[in-house]
Amino acid sequence: MPHDHDHDHDEGSELSPIALRVKALESLLVEKGYVEPEALDTLIETYETKIGPRNGARVVAKAWSDPKYKAWLLADATAAIASLGYTGRQGEHMVTVENTPGTHNLVVCTLCSCYPWSVLGLPPVWYKAPPYRSRAVIDPRGVLAEFGLTLPDDTAISVWDSTAEIRYLVLPMRPQGTEGWSAEKLSQLVTRDSMIGTGIALKPGATS
Amino acid sequence: MNPPDEPVFNEPWEAQAFAMAVSLEAKGLFTWTEWAEALGREIKMQGTRSYYECWLAALEKLVEEKRLMSADERLARIEAWDRAAKATPHGKPIELGR
Repeated sequence: MPHDHDHDHDEGSELSPIALRVKALESLLVEKGYVEPEALDTLIETYETKIGPRNGARVVAKAWSDPKYKAWLLADATAAIASLGYTGRQGEHMVTVENTPGTHNLVVCTLCSCYPWSVLGLPPVWYKAPPYRSRAVIDPRGVLAEFGLTLPDDTAISVWDSTAEIRYLVLPMRPQGTEGWSAEKLSQLVTRDSMIGTGIALKPGATS
Repeated sequence: MNPPDEPVFNEPWEAQAFAMAVSLEAKGLFTWTEWAEALGREIKMQGTRSYYECWLAALEKLVEEKRLMSADERLARIEAWDRAAKATPHGKPIELGR
């Protein structure tokens, strides 16, 4: 782990205070049999390379192209998402909220950083930061404007506060001009932010 | 638009701290509700700490609350790793003396 070392010293190595704390915790947990080093490595690799917003984009694209799946996703998101192989290790309950011309949905975790990992991966820095967490509820329109999203005045905004038990996935509106597109092609229009509600799906032609 | 994202973890220790919490919950040693409360408490008094520093602090407190280890044990282990690191020449893996 190259970052753990401080190369200013000629003799001996030095670990940063925080790296020492992590090593202490980990070595004790391993010795006591509470965690296995291999399991930790697998977890890290999974979150670094396998789980991310492409999972959620496939869920959304399938809902856009298959009305039955969409109905299922809105009625029982946990099961509909799991059917595509995306299951939360945390066993959290998933809820899908659908954007319509009259209602835009925005997801936040005011307490900390609860987020639908199985479909979006780990949250971006801004999602975990105090300004977003505090302002999304008080001034959602202002927050959206900062993301470059201005909604019509008569579009209501619903803000959903995630918890350890319930995680939300926004189902963005399908862009016009995409009739007859395959689910695979549609999924390329689905951005991470459109599934959090700080953006909308890309228009055809906006992807390369 | 989707700007290129920051890396999932900025430093290896962040990944380790993340994986420990996820792993302990998966084994039922605490629940996500307990974890969210612990992390929420740290984030409420975040100050200048980074997100994963809060994460680590929450984990240290929760393993103690859940009696997986004592604070004394943990602090002694930190010192042991520090001594081991300082006694290890560069380029060699750092190992705890037995």
